[in-house]
Amino acid sequence: MQINEYKPLIVAFCCNWCSYAGADLAGNNRLNYPADVKIIRVPCSCRVNPMFILRAFQRGADGVIICGCHPGDCHYTSGNYYTRRRMALLFSMLDYLGIERERTRVEWVSAAEGAKFAATMNDFVEKVAALGENKRLEDLRCKK
Amino acid sequence: MQRIGVFVCHCGTNIAGTVDVKEVAAALKNEPGVVFSTDYQYMCSQAGQNMIKDAVKENNLSGIVVCSCSPRMHEATFRKTAASAGINPYMVEIANIREQCSWVHKEMPIGTEKAIILGKAAVAKVNLNAPLTPGESPVTKRALVIGGGIAGIQTALDIADAGFPVDIVETKPTIGGKMSQLDKTFPTLDCAACILTPKMVDVAQNEKIRIFSYSEVTDVKGFVGNFDVTIKRKARYVKEDVCTGCGLCTEKCPQKNIPNEFNLGMDNRHAIYIPFAQAVPKVATIDPQHCTMLKTGKCGVCSKVCTAGAIDYQAKDEFIEEKYGAIVVATGFNPISMDKFDEFAYSQSKDVITSLELERLMNAAGPTGGTLLRPSDGEHPHTIVFVQCVGSRCSACAEKGKEYCSKICCMYTAKHAMLIRDKYPDTEVYVFYIDVRTPGKNFDEFYRRAVEEYGVHYIKGMVGKVSPENGKLKVQASDLIYGKQLHIDADLVVLAAAIEPDKSARPLATMLTASMDTNDFFTEAHPKLRPVESPTAGVFLSGTCQGPKDIPETVSQAGAAASKVIGLLCKDKLMGNPCVAHSDEMMCNGCSTCEKVCPYGAISYVEKEFRMPDRTTKIRRVAVVNEAVCQGCGACTVACMSGAMDLKGFSSKQIMAEVDAICK
Amino acid sequence: MQNNNEQKKENILRMNGVNPLKCMSCGKCSGTCPSYDEMEYHPHQFVHMVETGELEPLMKSDSIYKCLSCFACVDRCPRGVEPAKLVEALRLCVIREKGANHMTANDIPKLIDDDMPQQAIVSAIRKYSK
Repeated sequence: MQINEYKPLIVAFCCNWCSYAGADLAGNNRLNYPADVKIIRVPCSCRVNPMFILRAFQRGADGVIICGCHPGDCHYTSGNYYTRRRMALLFSMLDYLGIERERTRVEWVSAAEGAKFAATMNDFVEKVAALGENKRLEDLRCKK
Repeated sequence: MQRIGVFVCHCGTNIAGTVDVKEVAAALKNEPGVVFSTDYQYMCSQAGQNMIKDAVKENNLSGIVVCSCSPRMHEATFRKTAASAGINPYMVEIANIREQCSWVHKEMPIGTEKAIILGKAAVAKVNLNAPLTPGESPVTKRALVIGGGIAGIQTALDIADAGFPVDIVETKPTIGGKMSQLDKTFPTLDCAACILTPKMVDVAQNEKIRIFSYSEVTDVKGFVGNFDVTIKRKARYVKEDVCTGCGLCTEKCPQKNIPNEFNLGMDNRHAIYIPFAQAVPKVATIDPQHCTMLKTGKCGVCSKVCTAGAIDYQAKDEFIEEKYGAIVVATGFNPISMDKFDEFAYSQSKDVITSLELERLMNAAGPTGGTLLRPSDGEHPHTIVFVQCVGSRCSACAEKGKEYCSKICCMYTAKHAMLIRDKYPDTEVYVFYIDVRTPGKNFDEFYRRAVEEYGVHYIKGMVGKVSPENGKLKVQASDLIYGKQLHIDADLVVLAAAIEPDKSARPLATMLTASMDTNDFFTEAHPKLRPVESPTAGVFLSGTCQGPKDIPETVSQAGAAASKVIGLLCKDKLMGNPCVAHSDEMMCNGCSTCEKVCPYGAISYVEKEFRMPDRTTKIRRVAVVNEAVCQGCGACTVACMSGAMDLKGFSSKQIMAEVDAICK
Repeated sequence: MQNNNEQKKENILRMNGVNPLKCMSCGKCSGTCPSYDEMEYHPHQFVHMVETGELEPLMKSDSIYKCLSCFACVDRCPRGVEPAKLVEALRLCVIREKGANHMTANDIPKLIDDDMPQQAIVSAIRKYSK
């Protein structure tokens, strides 16, 4: 109906052991989610440096989601706990910078939760799309 | 500059159905570094792999991007292909355009667009890839078993059978563990001692096995294949190699009113003691807390009577350092304390006992010589009430007991009830149960025999209150099936106490950096597929330290742990995962943050000399990653404030390049 | 009527904060209860009946007043289900439907009597006022 349908750009960081496998399972079960989501594989959610998220926003991403193993199930024992704490801090800083809270999210998706992965992505894309383009941190020098 | 080849797979129509593979190949051709780009029906097939090998040779490629299925599927395949084509296997990246693109999107233009972006991200990453070589480390061909119960004994025997030396560390003066305290074992009613003591003797006689009894592990350093362990040998004041175990000293010792731990305090022992007749090693031990000679310097009876001259009052704790290739944890269990269950009057009446105490009362070597007598007055009990699930299956919010099912209680209670009815047919035996759980070979048949052949009264319901009155125990309980409240005058009440991991397990887990669950049971690497390995490489689990188990299950797990250890010790060298952290020592400021976040203890600090620009030298403290221990999670890379720490294969620059490629 | 009952059940559960689904039907509450023999329905049945929504017979029964409010079942329940609190909510429900307290704080002085345990008075207030 809309003439120029707005497509958000979503970067998803998925840990290799749970969430990336969960995303693969969503694929195996042919569970659709928007193509706006682009997944980057990391060994553990705790590998996600806040710099990566800021970089994504700087380059014009509209939303960033980090997926890891459920608390207590981390392949590396405690990585996702670090993620949870680090992201809580980062998100409060982003809030202060005026980046809407809905643009960032941490989700726990296990290797068995293909359906949850798809549902999470559908929901996240919908929320981010409703917010519209992210201009606040975008660095125009990066635009060609 | 890299010379990258891009290979786009059709995967039949799996990918080609929603992604225009030709367009993807054409688009990626123009990416920086890409010198070759093609597509093919099935990249993973022999023909596809040959195509990659040929392209590597013809175009002198240094990196490969395969746009295909998930790397979890075929990353290993394509890495092998790369290796056989003569380039480093870690110069391969996979763009997942099947599971995460063609299968989840329906329209061709959208799918193609996303596939191109994913391909670009992979190309951007390969541009920054560096060849990686997995580190090698040697393996010390000796195993350590912590805990000398049936689990530890079985594991040690199996490892020694394969020809590797094994050391057993046991905190008690003798090996044997809980099983040595038991009377009979279900479901065959073999006498525990008859099947355990030959194994204990085997351990003692095996040339490959050393027993460190009355000892504990105080420090563990190192990593899989190369553990450095410090073992504290507590002073037993008796020379182990001289003592003949004749037992004369234990009879003559004047200090004789010390509660005997082996009989759970139901009788007394002397200050110098041998826990039980079949103890291994059969050596006396002096209890320093009660020995008059050690406390006041006046006595020395044991030294006088010892013809072998084995007593040494001057003995000190000794520390031994030894190297091991693998460590097996077999620390076992204990029944929980009954302190929080006042309603059963455990602390008020001697006639309320736990099941383990009943085992000792029924054991021929126990305090009553195997005759079942009430601990309070030594009379024969006529009415016995068993209470199941005391402290098991409790809700966390009830703040007492454990949430799990202790698994063994249903069966040992059936065994006790059956043995009592068999030996003393004039005894009435009541068992109050919530559920009877008997999932094991011949287990349910066993329980039914207790009911049908031995006439044990099984009552579905729970005891609410036990009150001692006039030498009897008034038991108030519910019978849920008949809808009645029962009042039974019992002579003996037996509580099936829940079991919990031994208290030594928690500090040990910290030393080993092995993970534990909320109940202090060790966690296995995978609950189904790797049940005897800890997530920490080189640490294996045997017996109840991993979860409640009966003897058959413990023995089979012990064997499984042993076979894993043997598999490890057979190797001469271990290949590590090359995707590990490494620290740039020029940037490291020695703050120790990374050391604290590392879940594996892989990071240590060294003092290193650096040459300064003005030709002077300076000593600085820098982080060093042990590549054999690092598992490559990357927690340290984010914690590092100076940006010195990075992860090979997933470097910050590489991930940043991927972000840039996606967001362009 | 059905909805009314559902509503009532929800109310009761909200009032006492008990989750009857945590019950594993061990019967320790009934084994513990000192006034078991006085009751038509017993503590473990209270839990089951509230869960299945059989509230009417329970609220009409004398059993909920036979409860001494001694809280032994609450203390000993291994699952933290707290049957006595459930009964208390049922009584409150009855009192609220009928209106008016059966006992007020003003009645206490004349009840005080050396033979009567203090706990009984506290329990009586719990039982007969809203």
